[in-house]
Amino acid sequence: MKLTLKIWRQKSASDKGKLVDYKVDDVSSDMSFLEMLDVLNQDLIDKNEEPIAFDHDCREGICGMCSMFINGRAHGPDRSITVCQLHMRSFKDGDTIYIEPWRAAAFPVIKDLIVDRSAFDRIQQAGGFISVNTSGNTQDANGTLISKHAADTAMDAATCIGCGACVATCKNSSAMLFVGAKVSQYALLPQGQIEAADRVRNMVAQMDLEGFGNCTNTGACEIECPKGISLDNIARMNRELMKANLN
Amino acid sequence: MALNSRVPEGPIKDKWTNYKDKINLVNPANKRLIDVIIVGTGLAGGSAAATLAELGYNVKSFCFQDSPRRAHSIAAQGGINAAKNYQGDGDSTYRLFYDTVKGGDYRSREANVYRLAEVSTNIIDQCVAQGVPFARDYGGLLDNRSFGGVLVSRTFYAKGQTGQQLLLGAYSAMNRQIGRGKIKMYNRHEMLDVVIVDGKARGIIARNLVTGEIERHSAHAVVLATGGYGNAFYLSTYAMGSNVTASWKAHKRGAFFANPCFTQIHPTCIPVSGDHQSKLTLMSESLRNDGRIWVPKNMEDVLAIREGKLKPVEISEENRDYYLERRYPAFGNLVPRDVASRAAKERCDAGYGVNKTGEAVYLDFAAAIQRYGKEQAHVKGLDENDKVVVTKLGKDIIKAKYGNLFQMYEKIVDQNPYETPMMIYPAVHYTMGGIWVDYNLMTTVPGLYAIGEANFSDHGANRLGASALMQGLADGYFVLPYTIGDYLSNDIRTGKISTDSKEFEEAEKQVKATIDALVNNNGTHSVDYFHKKLGKIMWNKCGMARNEKDLKDAITEIAELRKEFWKDVKVPGGANEYNEELAKAGRVADFLELGELFAKDALQREESAGGHFRDEYQTPEGEAMRRKEFQYVSAWEYKGEPKDAVLHKEALVYENIEVKERSYK
Ligand SMILES: Cc1cc2nc3c(=O)[nH]c(=O)nc-3n(C[C@H](O)[C@H](O)[C@H](O)COP(=O)(O)OP(=O)(O)OC[C@H]3O[C@@H](n4cnc5c(N)ncnc54)[C@H](O)[C@@H]3O)c2cc1C
Ligand code: SF4
Ligand code: FES
Repeated sequence: MKLTLKIWRQKSASDKGKLVDYKVDDVSSDMSFLEMLDVLNQDLIDKNEEPIAFDHDCREGICGMCSMFINGRAHGPDRSITVCQLHMRSFKDGDTIYIEPWRAAAFPVIKDLIVDRSAFDRIQQAGGFISVNTSGNTQDANGTLISKHAADTAMDAATCIGCGACVATCKNSSAMLFVGAKVSQYALLPQGQIEAADRVRNMVAQMDLEGFGNCTNTGACEIECPKGISLDNIARMNRELMKANLN
Repeated sequence: MALNSRVPEGPIKDKWTNYKDKINLVNPANKRLIDVIIVGTGLAGGSAAATLAELGYNVKSFCFQDSPRRAHSIAAQGGINAAKNYQGDGDSTYRLFYDTVKGGDYRSREANVYRLAEVSTNIIDQCVAQGVPFARDYGGLLDNRSFGGVLVSRTFYAKGQTGQQLLLGAYSAMNRQIGRGKIKMYNRHEMLDVVIVDGKARGIIARNLVTGEIERHSAHAVVLATGGYGNAFYLSTYAMGSNVTASWKAHKRGAFFANPCFTQIHPTCIPVSGDHQSKLTLMSESLRNDGRIWVPKNMEDVLAIREGKLKPVEISEENRDYYLERRYPAFGNLVPRDVASRAAKERCDAGYGVNKTGEAVYLDFAAAIQRYGKEQAHVKGLDENDKVVVTKLGKDIIKAKYGNLFQMYEKIVDQNPYETPMMIYPAVHYTMGGIWVDYNLMTTVPGLYAIGEANFSDHGANRLGASALMQGLADGYFVLPYTIGDYLSNDIRTGKISTDSKEFEEAEKQVKATIDALVNNNGTHSVDYFHKKLGKIMWNKCGMARNEKDLKDAITEIAELRKEFWKDVKVPGGANEYNEELAKAGRVADFLELGELFAKDALQREESAGGHFRDEYQTPEGEAMRRKEFQYVSAWEYKGEPKDAVLHKEALVYENIEVKERSYK
């Protein structure tokens, strides 16, 4: 198939940036979206133009590196997948595709489609851990029973890949789904209880400091999240925060 | 230089304990005076950074991704081994040790493997304490599954995302130390050389991938946790950025490279679909617990399938060749990876491959769906002969166990594996070879360590499933923190290492010269053009089966390709900006050197062992023929060109396990 691509080009953080048109022919439906961009990039290199910069690494939907807004949707048209898992069979001959970076004040553009998501790391550094030393002198792993339900729900929250689609999708650029997922993972496990109050307070404080917006319950994040992280996690975080502030 | 593995004296089960009792320690106040550089934030590097920082050292960590959480370890699916014996099925430290040495085809170092088995149980305790949500049973206890090449259930898992959960555990431990200021994290940085001062590793040269700036970083010791080099094959299950650069640069500075040809080709990956292919996707080995592997018995059926005239489900039982069950009745579909991969290649080479390219076999869940369905129907008091009910119940169980993998398969191939068997084919997946290290995990360069997949020590010629995660975390959490302390105890009075020395100067100059050469080359072909060509040579001549002629050709062809690369590669953009093509060019340049050493190593090793199969050395039944004369580690010393590398041998002695024919029949 033949496609027209309108891709955001921006040299550096300080550059203004604009959409540029590209044509690609000979796209097969078995290609992944990123492989289609690879083909375009090879073409650009052959023509002595600069290839399009985009983040990617695992190309199987788990590292959270890839991050593109495609036709106005984070990670493109399909649900429950990342861009690297999107295949060209989701498009048809003659389509025009808009490709843009995540847009959020807390995620400044580095180049073209690449943004700086280090704010997410700093939120985790503020409290996204259990303070246990790695000395190996902990109790036996089966010493504390954990119900299958709690373990499974914690696991569901823990599958967040830190991609930032939730933020990019939200009209307020809120990071509540991302933070809620981490807070929930620990809140659901006995190991996480001891520091629960400090954890949620510190993570939320850092989130605010980084310039992420408030949650107004539009629920767009849950729809665009490639890992199906549920809004329940935001509710749980709010409960945890209330509990923490009451004590 | 004679290789000294520094394995402690004494009975194998006491070695590690005795060793720990006798090493020199650094007191907490002095640890504050010592800096350690750790390159890599995967399971090995992440766990090491967190632990060393917690002990009090000043740690500087590096990764090329935008966050430590994105290291390649994140992609591991199936699980992690530990000799907990929670299932009471006869597991023990010795049995894990035994399985791993045997699985590695008797080409790993006994003492290291025993230590690995010994600390394996700590890993699970540690990870649970960190909040890693491993799968549990209804009673609240940890659940296990089994993996290829073993007869017990010792694999712990978190759905199909075990690597992700373990890495996020290590990442959280790192975050705690970053928050305390004990780890300084350098994201989007690539190490391009190691700096050696007075014979000791004292720092690195790194490139800031965002600004292009070349930076000097000093420390009292340098740890490489930079993963494996399977991307030399271009197509593999590795992440796109995985590379050999850090290891290769260390090799050029004096670190011996061990067994480069020991590469794992994993039997269950999604087959190649076309020329545009950029990477291959693994389907976890755990699927072989329930999936049966087969190809049609009759050639007419194969041809009809390829033409789209016949569907696999239409082929009756007696016309299917379940070749693993046929050849290896004891282990069946759960034979180790090297055996399963070669058997698939054997069938496809014989013409029985089931897709257009003839390079695919079936992995079929229909039998498992019926088996589970019947079981469930019985439990629920429903009609066990009602096909519809049984199939539905069976699918539910399969979905609960492998749902995410099935979904991943469907997204890529556009076929529903609940209804039709998966198509799979072997792909490059892991490198057992790597930087040579002694028992302390130190390379042949004092003060330079290698941990995780970057080193060579524990998996011999073939790695068993779920043991790489175990090794990465064992090295980082529980081994290196002791062994490096013994070395650093001599450095408490050294003071800060200056980056103004001529050694840093020289290394930086060299790095800059290479970068300038690349960006100013203005050739005609892109980096990928060369990478793909290298990949073809590696796959066709150094792949699942190797022979003298092919390997000799590969050595010449790779050397020629390397020459062409330096003459004709085109790298757009500049040195002082974000430039992915430039980063890629540096990595491919190093693969082009490593590839040659790889082929040389494979040529020199005139035997078949594990993942290394030489056509000339096989039994009449086509099984790998190990040779006693080759019971050693090949450690290569760099001498200018890869082909001039000098071989050093570390003899492998097995005192605690009988070296036997490795049979899975
Ligand atoms: C798809 C897949 C599934 C797997 N499943 C399993 C499984 O179920 N069980 C199991 O035991 N094993 C599994 N493995 C193998 C296992 O995941 C890896 O062997 C292991 O995670 C390697 O960990 P590591 O810490 O050594 O390196 P990696 O995780 O590869 O980390 C390398 C780190 O080094 C950094 N780095 C590399 N080069 C440079 C440089 N030049 N400069 C700066 N930084 C650099 C990277 O940024 C990264 O942080 C799987 C592998 C794959 C590909
Ligand atoms: S919550 Fe979902 S969308 Fe947000 S970072 Fe995590 S995985 Fe991405
Ligand atoms: S590249 Fe890793 S999630 Fe897309």
